[in-house]
Amino acid sequence: MDLLTRRYRTARSIAGPLLFVEQASNVSIGEMVRIVLSDGGERSGQVIEVSDEYAVIQLLEETAGIGIHETDIFFSGSVAKVNLSLDMLGRRFNGTGKPIDGLPPVIPNRRATITGYPINPVNRDEPSDFIQTGISAIDGLNTLVRGQKLPIFSGPGLPAKEIAGQILRQAQVVSEREGFAVVFAGIGITSREASFFIEEFERGATLHMSTIFLNLAEDPPIERLLTPRFALTAAEYLAFEHDMHVVVILTDMTNYCEALREVATAREEIPGRRGYPGYMYTDLATIYERAGRIKGKKGSVTQIPILTMPDDDITHPIPDLTGYITEGQIVLSRELHKRGGYPPVDILPSLSRLMNLGIGVDKTREDHRELADQLYAFYAQGRDVRRMASIVGEEGLSESDRLLLKFAIDLEMEYINQGDTSRDIIETLGLGWRLLQRFPEDRFTRVRLEIMEKYYGS
Amino acid sequence: MPGIITKISGPTVVARNMRTSKMYNLVFVGKMRLLGEVIRIDGDRATIQVYEETTGLTLGDEIIDTGEPLCVELGPGLLSNIFDGVQRPLEEIAKGSAGFISTETLKPLNLFQGQGDTLGVTIPSLNRARKWRFVPSVKGGEEVEEGDIIGTIQETTTITHRVMVPPDVRGVIAEISEGEFSVEDGIAVLEGGTDITLVRKWPVRRPRPFKKKAASVIPFITGQRIIDTLFPIAMGGSVIIPGGFGTGKTVLEQTLAKFAKTDIIIYIGCGERGNEIAEVLADFPGLTDPYTGHPLMDRTTLVVNTSNMPVAAREASIYTGITIGEYYRDMGYNVAVLADSISRWAEAMREISGRLEELPGEEGFPMYLASRLAAFYERGGLVECLGKGERKGSVTVCTAISPPGGDFSEPVTQSAMRVTGAMWALDTNLARRRHYPAINWGRSFSLYHLDGWFKECVVDDWPRLRSELMTILQREEELQDIVQLLGPDSLRDRDRIVAEMGRLLRENYLQQSPYSPVDAFCSLEKQYWMLKIFFKVYETALRELSEGRNMDEIFTEERKIILRDVKNMRVEKLETEGKDIINRI
Repeated sequence: MDLLTRRYRTARSIAGPLLFVEQASNVSIGEMVRIVLSDGGERSGQVIEVSDEYAVIQLLEETAGIGIHETDIFFSGSVAKVNLSLDMLGRRFNGTGKPIDGLPPVIPNRRATITGYPINPVNRDEPSDFIQTGISAIDGLNTLVRGQKLPIFSGPGLPAKEIAGQILRQAQVVSEREGFAVVFAGIGITSREASFFIEEFERGATLHMSTIFLNLAEDPPIERLLTPRFALTAAEYLAFEHDMHVVVILTDMTNYCEALREVATAREEIPGRRGYPGYMYTDLATIYERAGRIKGKKGSVTQIPILTMPDDDITHPIPDLTGYITEGQIVLSRELHKRGGYPPVDILPSLSRLMNLGIGVDKTREDHRELADQLYAFYAQGRDVRRMASIVGEEGLSESDRLLLKFAIDLEMEYINQGDTSRDIIETLGLGWRLLQRFPEDRFTRVRLEIMEKYYGS
Repeated sequence: MPGIITKISGPTVVARNMRTSKMYNLVFVGKMRLLGEVIRIDGDRATIQVYEETTGLTLGDEIIDTGEPLCVELGPGLLSNIFDGVQRPLEEIAKGSAGFISTETLKPLNLFQGQGDTLGVTIPSLNRARKWRFVPSVKGGEEVEEGDIIGTIQETTTITHRVMVPPDVRGVIAEISEGEFSVEDGIAVLEGGTDITLVRKWPVRRPRPFKKKAASVIPFITGQRIIDTLFPIAMGGSVIIPGGFGTGKTVLEQTLAKFAKTDIIIYIGCGERGNEIAEVLADFPGLTDPYTGHPLMDRTTLVVNTSNMPVAAREASIYTGITIGEYYRDMGYNVAVLADSISRWAEAMREISGRLEELPGEEGFPMYLASRLAAFYERGGLVECLGKGERKGSVTVCTAISPPGGDFSEPVTQSAMRVTGAMWALDTNLARRRHYPAINWGRSFSLYHLDGWFKECVVDDWPRLRSELMTILQREEELQDIVQLLGPDSLRDRDRIVAEMGRLLRENYLQQSPYSPVDAFCSLEKQYWMLKIFFKVYETALRELSEGRNMDEIFTEERKIILRDVKNMRVEKLETEGKDIINRI
């Protein structure tokens, strides 16, 4: 116990995950707190609001068993920090950074506050390196770029974790020669999901290059607010102090948002849409914005958050606010999933905002942008035709409409649906052109003449 | 005596001992001297919104009132620069930092550990070391008043900085001389001893004065076909650009920053993505202004507060931006203030209002949302500037809006729509089919009457072409509905021509690629040629139909290829070959 620690016995009330302490002086915002119960048990917490009359402590662990009588509250005088070291690789921690793999704690090279600091926009380096995920729907149409934050919008029962696992397994091959690491934050996930990912890491032989933070479904929900921040602090350390290309998987952000709502409700804050707090955008931004590259540093932080859209509703506040912050989204389709397509990516609402930075001459190929645009244009028309066909029947369609309809189906079943295989970018581009062969030249609206001459019919 | 912190909640702090403070005074909070602003006074207590991260702030810490409101520094060196929401120079802060913005990078330790004399020392907004060449345009003995231009500085290759007599200052010039000056040097002295320096402070929340507002009849040309042809706004007008995520708000704002015909661009990144700003910073220095050929950054100031930077500074950022805009307006320039996005500003206001436990209005926004929005947009406009002579300047305000769930019925869109003169409504369905710019022509509007200018300065039949274009687009939409219900065979031949024409216009006229080297910018002359060519096809099609030809004979491959490729032709080529192309149809 250091000199800064002060002890109080003035706990006044407990409401949900919040503990109110009276007459605590010199308390700082964000300060970590240790609570020693009358039976000797210990809990931890964090100060989230202070005033002359009381301090509000957000409990980070189980509230059961905490009373206000004879409870000692120790204010530590310091904010939440994480021990950082290269030894974190290959290790497994709980949601608050304590080891759960039976090994001793990591000996820190240095300690850092988990909230981090915003990257100065001037210091940011523009993301520009293509990451080949081996998945055509991503590489060909919604390219992932190093330093990007590209979430997967999933629905209950859709295979988001399989896709994330496949990306990790396949993407790593391309970056083999450079420092590559995975930081995984399991936020309120089931043990089944957790073991799925750990098996994935073992299968891809990346376990020794992974740092895993696990807050399981049975763990206290409030801990979920810290888990992604521990993970991102570790990721920034590996990327910007050890030149590694770090991919961060955050799953499931829906659980995170629900924990945020729980605390907001306990604080009796004015709720925003669907009960989520009004500052959820800002709060999510302090997580998602911790991706990118910094000028003069070799490493990068790429984020692949996964969230579950309640009732597949993309306008729900969680996907909505996420989409406003992240650089695009990969949206999964229940319909394609039902038809047996894997990965079931709905390419129309999917988007990668940084795609242009990672493709083209010297990166993928000169025709990439226009090819993708043309595939999109025909596919969108094909989907319209499909809707029309469901009303007027296929017989009522014109010749050219039938062509579009067939194209939409082929794109879904041959291009998007690829199973658990990996395709390199040239293969993906070639497949795209092959699907376009059926259209006469005058139907192409997105491809310049030079590109047509070079690739159409080749 | 300093104030003492008695409560801390997120970005707001309450302090006692603040009886003498005034609303919106700038204060320093705590040992780290965080910047804050007084937003409520209640007896001895004041509530302060803090522009920096409050983690680590402690009860009992001191508050020091500067006695002044939040100000920006105005003077040469604003252009080509990049500031945060409270005008701290991000490039200066970046020097010697590890890339992150922490309190230490903002105020190096040696500055705030010292005595009272270092109070308020942060990195100044405008570089103090840089010298500017000042050339006077008045002589000693001349009488000057507020707004008068007393000399010039070549601030960038494009922009001459006109040094003005500040508001509320008048007198006779005692001394003025040509030379190299830093911003803090006096460049002129009035009789009676008043110094005029290059840098002046101005409170961000107070609009800068002008003689009077004027009606604008000149359009704000953007080089975007759907905007300039269908929904042009006036120079000094205002427009909202609402759209769900992924509809291309940011790309459109950046396109405006690149191609809008205006003297100065103030780009406010309000609560948006850091990587997008990195993209602007990587892109813009390599781009040239299509009108002057000079580097784009020479006419641009960036005000950036990304979504993870402190929320209160985000609230301040749009005021910082528009105040800088007004300053260049006062010199007689046309300024465009592009804000992305105003919703994040409104949300920052909501967050702070929530912390103050104010009674919420719709969707939790404070009751004063509409009046604050209106007051902001009213700072735009075409004005007659203060000072001698006829000088006009304008501020055009283009703001993106991010409605939750893409639903325009929400309070920010609705309140802003009532006070702006136009809306370019971005549409999720168009964006999903990669139709860019994804402006929905059915929902967008412009209330500005600019036909007179187009007739006089472009071509007489511009209004006619525009209304015909709109008619075809609307008719096509109705026909689409019929086709969806009854199938394509249900259309009469004449309607088929309209439907096909509508499709061709949508794909080749309304769509415009921001990444194509030729097509990204389309001059009014080129727009006119394109419309002429499209309507020639349309008229020919109708004539040929009456002559009994079928659809395949009318919409030949050759014609379709002409319509597809015309957007990628340079205007010079159209001027020489346009007539030939029309004759070939």
